[in-house]
Amino acid sequence: MPDTLLWYTTRGAGAVTLILLTAVVGLGILTVLRVQSPSWPRFLTTGLHRNLALMTMVFLALHIVTSVVDPFTHLGWAAALIPFSSYYRTFWLGLGVVSFELLLAIVVTSLMRGFLGHHAWRAIHWLTYAAWPVGVLHGVGTGTDTLSAWMLAITAACIAAVGVAIFVRLTSGSTDPLATARASFRTAVDRRELR
Amino acid sequence: MSPQHRLVVDRIKCDGRGLCAELLPELIRLDDWGYPIVNSESVPVHLLPLAQRAVEDCPVLAIALRRSQVKK
Amino acid sequence: MTRLLDSPERFGPLPHVGADFIDAIERSGLVGRGGAGFPVATKWRAVAQRSGGRAVIVVNGAEGEPRSQKDRLLMTTRPHLVLDGAFIAARVVRARRVILYIGERHENARHAMLRALHERTEPERGLVTLAAAPARYVAGAETAAIHFLNEGIATPTTAPPLPFEQGVDRAPTLVQNVETLAHIALIARGGRPTSTLITLAGGIARPGVLEVELGTSIGDAVRQGGGVTEQPMAVLVGGYFGSWMEPAEAWNLPLDHRARLGCGVIGLLPASACPVCETAGIMRYLAAESSAQCGPCFFGLRALADACTRIADNSSDGRDLLRLNRWVDDVPGRGACRHPDGAVMFLSSALQVFGREFASHEGAHDLRRTA
Repeated sequence: MPDTLLWYTTRGAGAVTLILLTAVVGLGILTVLRVQSPSWPRFLTTGLHRNLALMTMVFLALHIVTSVVDPFTHLGWAAALIPFSSYYRTFWLGLGVVSFELLLAIVVTSLMRGFLGHHAWRAIHWLTYAAWPVGVLHGVGTGTDTLSAWMLAITAACIAAVGVAIFVRLTSGSTDPLATARASFRTAVDRRELR
Repeated sequence: MSPQHRLVVDRIKCDGRGLCAELLPELIRLDDWGYPIVNSESVPVHLLPLAQRAVEDCPVLAIALRRSQVKK
Repeated sequence: MTRLLDSPERFGPLPHVGADFIDAIERSGLVGRGGAGFPVATKWRAVAQRSGGRAVIVVNGAEGEPRSQKDRLLMTTRPHLVLDGAFIAARVVRARRVILYIGERHENARHAMLRALHERTEPERGLVTLAAAPARYVAGAETAAIHFLNEGIATPTTAPPLPFEQGVDRAPTLVQNVETLAHIALIARGGRPTSTLITLAGGIARPGVLEVELGTSIGDAVRQGGGVTEQPMAVLVGGYFGSWMEPAEAWNLPLDHRARLGCGVIGLLPASACPVCETAGIMRYLAAESSAQCGPCFFGLRALADACTRIADNSSDGRDLLRLNRWVDDVPGRGACRHPDGAVMFLSSALQVFGREFASHEGAHDLRRTA
């Protein structure tokens, strides 16, 4: 029973991580789109984004720890930390490690945003668009439950949600109200030094 | 002498996101185009936590709390 | 009394000046002639302190103010005087580079400066490079000039760091207007900067550059410029970065840097002109010259210009004056540079001096409706 408990926890925590990460990505896109209504201030979007991101890491940690300490998986800590080093489903599990490490970089840099400055922080944050699909693939490839109805439904819903969010983002154009004006001014004053 | 804090906006980085005004309407209001008009006097002590939150929540790190020593 | 435009085209070799020359500048009371009127000695001290031999001199001949002509005239007719000032600055603050930042459309000035430069000898000549300042209003601002020289784009930046701390290539930088440097050249030869260059524009018999003694009243300066062609409705003191004044008030105003002379443009608005239309046109120009880096400036000046234009065209909804008064309070001080502040100060002076005209233009729409 304890053995199965760890195994169910790993799989459950994995599913929850996927759902939470999907919500986080969605909220990140809502932040950029400056979505707002009288009952939904922008600091709610950013606050939820931050809190759910931290919760995601908690469930991700649970997912990783339970999978490693489970005696039946024969996974050592190395497998969890070094991508593509496991014996079990090397490739698909390796994707999970990659996704985890990308997310770790994103979260750590976000916590240190004040020290890093906006530009460096933003460059790393773009990796979200890699971390999420890699995590989804890991779940599909490694997951024991992939073909079960509930996991299929969850995965499909998450992919749909992020798909819609990205579509809206791409069709929204620039979110910076000064973008066009700034660009046209810069072309007007961009010259080269001459001798 | 006691440390006073003032809110300072980097006007070039500021993008008119408006989170600062949502969090701290006592000191920040938005102009007709969505950009913050900040009360440049010292932040009252009871509002400092919210001011700190406004600084952290700004998506482009355009607002900061500067310390200034003021003789009382 | 030494005057710039009467001085010899070429003096002898550069006088030997040391670090104590800054004291001589301070005693002369010289302030910058670029528009800000900042004490020159203070600026030089700040750069000299931090220089360590790395400082950069930027000779500011951008002259972005549309009606101003003094800088290009000075560069065209007395280039050696300007170069003298620049090389003296380089010696005193121990600079290793001198950059001539000349407006890209000021071709005669550029040719004259380059010709004069080729007549100079090493090592001074080797210090100098040339840069073409873009023909935009803000390109002459100190931080914009520095940003252009560093990044190739003439947009103003937030300070800190200030130019004398970190400017071109992160070195302490002295940005000085060409007229200021010309005065420096005369001070180094024992002269005193008792004159200043102004540009007379609008309803004046002889528009153009005039050199006047500091403290001359605007009325006397106008007389020296041949007098008015038509009784002026108002006088613009300081160009687009200045203020409108009633002629009676302006005539007695002494031309020195307490008068917010700016870059020295004195414009006479003929009585036959429409002051509201003039103001609206200038506001549209200033709005279009925003570098679009800060929302309050770009959107604020555009809104102000649009409201002025509606009033000028008699197509106002009757609430534009209210909007103008609100925005005039909201916009200043919320940009990275002083451009929006200057534009608002210009507009505020217009609303004050031309209050009646603005009100009647705004009301004209209503009058037509009830007729």
